Amino acid sequence: MTSKATQLYADAHPVAQSDEKDSAWIKSKRYWYWISVILPAAPLISSYFAIETGYGILLWFTVALMYAILPFIDRIVGLDSSNPSDELVDKLKDDRYYVYIMYLATAMHWVSLVGMAYVVSHFEWSWISILGGALSAGIVNGVALVAGHEMGHKVNDKAQVTCAKLILACSGYGHFFIEHNKGHHRHVATPEDPASSKMGETIYKFVKREIPGAFKRAWELEAERLHRMGKSEWSLSNEIIQPALVTVTAYTLMTAYFGPIMIPFLAIAAAFGWWQLTCANYVEHYGLLRQKDDKGRYERCQPHHSWNSNHKASNLILLHLQRHSDHHAHPTRPYQVLRDFEDVPVLPSGYPWMFFISMIPPVWFSVMNPKVIEWAEGDMNKVNLDADVRDEMFKRYHNPKVAA
Amino acid sequence: MAKYECPDCGCIYDEDIGAEHEGYPAGTKWEDIPDEFPCPDCFVREKPDFELVEN
Repeated sequence: MTSKATQLYADAHPVAQSDEKDSAWIKSKRYWYWISVILPAAPLISSYFAIETGYGILLWFTVALMYAILPFIDRIVGLDSSNPSDELVDKLKDDRYYVYIMYLATAMHWVSLVGMAYVVSHFEWSWISILGGALSAGIVNGVALVAGHEMGHKVNDKAQVTCAKLILACSGYGHFFIEHNKGHHRHVATPEDPASSKMGETIYKFVKREIPGAFKRAWELEAERLHRMGKSEWSLSNEIIQPALVTVTAYTLMTAYFGPIMIPFLAIAAAFGWWQLTCANYVEHYGLLRQKDDKGRYERCQPHHSWNSNHKASNLILLHLQRHSDHHAHPTRPYQVLRDFEDVPVLPSGYPWMFFISMIPPVWFSVMNPKVIEWAEGDMNKVNLDADVRDEMFKRYHNPKVAA
Repeated sequence: MAKYECPDCGCIYDEDIGAEHEGYPAGTKWEDIPDEFPCPDCFVREKPDFELVEN
């Protein structure tokens, strides 16, 4: 038996767009994607001005960029109405140009991290400025995870997988592409998924099951794969150990050359990078639940099991990750051809602002809980609910509309 | 040797080639692949979803 919501969205289709104006925009995006190469340099550029002017506070620039400037730009620039037509998808999807941009981004992310490590260790800064520098590097580490996510899905392309491992290693999160492809995509929008948030769960509670749960799942999946090959998980074939070695080597070298300040700097930059991913996981499927069929199996992940945002500016920076329904429908589809869908749950803003409000639980709940209720048509049985607040939530919100 | 295709991403499981990286060496017969085997490319479809394309 399929739920009404399922039937309603089962044939959800992308918003058809292929007129000339839109094609022109899609083609010009080709150049806009260079932002993935330039953005990692933001902390370095602000460092230059901090050094020139002596205002250490400028090291906070990238944090302000993320939580204040980008939400503002998102608001001004608005939504991206264009979807590539089928012909354009065919043309763009195999164009290596878009992959080369990701390779350049990989290099830039390492330049940025090492550059910031140099900046905080070679000049006189107050601790508050150093904190700003570390958090700025953390924001960029978060952006690196988006590029790592993009390349990590292309498992049949060895070069892309290698670059995914390298870029994820910036923040020591190399297990992500295993956990995400084989774990999250399979269990998404179920209570069993540590990377799907539940209604009523604050982000601070979510992170405690997300980070350890994701690591555990990645390790188990990788161990299973290696055992099938007759290998031990404690070998260099382990694709969690490979990027971890890159991280350990790079962090050790930086600490040796740049001094003990690297210990708090790298720890904060890595942790804040992880936090960006936690925010993404928190936002992307909040409260959404796949229904079970008669045999107790979850229905397939459908377009209405992901929150979407079609904001132009943040989608360029985040490689269309916010067109999340299409991503879950077709996980290997490259970023340049992800499409917007009709009739899918929509976030009120792009990720940068949503990440910000996710950190203030009362605001998050007041914005998102009504949206989840509306999505579930008042039926709390259809919601992925935090067990601790289940009774309270039922009492407060359960009011299923009688099916017409 | 038979070939099976993932209905989502079009990935082909060719018995001649196997899915080496996932621990199924070349020559692994389709019947020896477990039911919970996910598509080795997109990972969101499983063995029962695959369609025979060449026998």
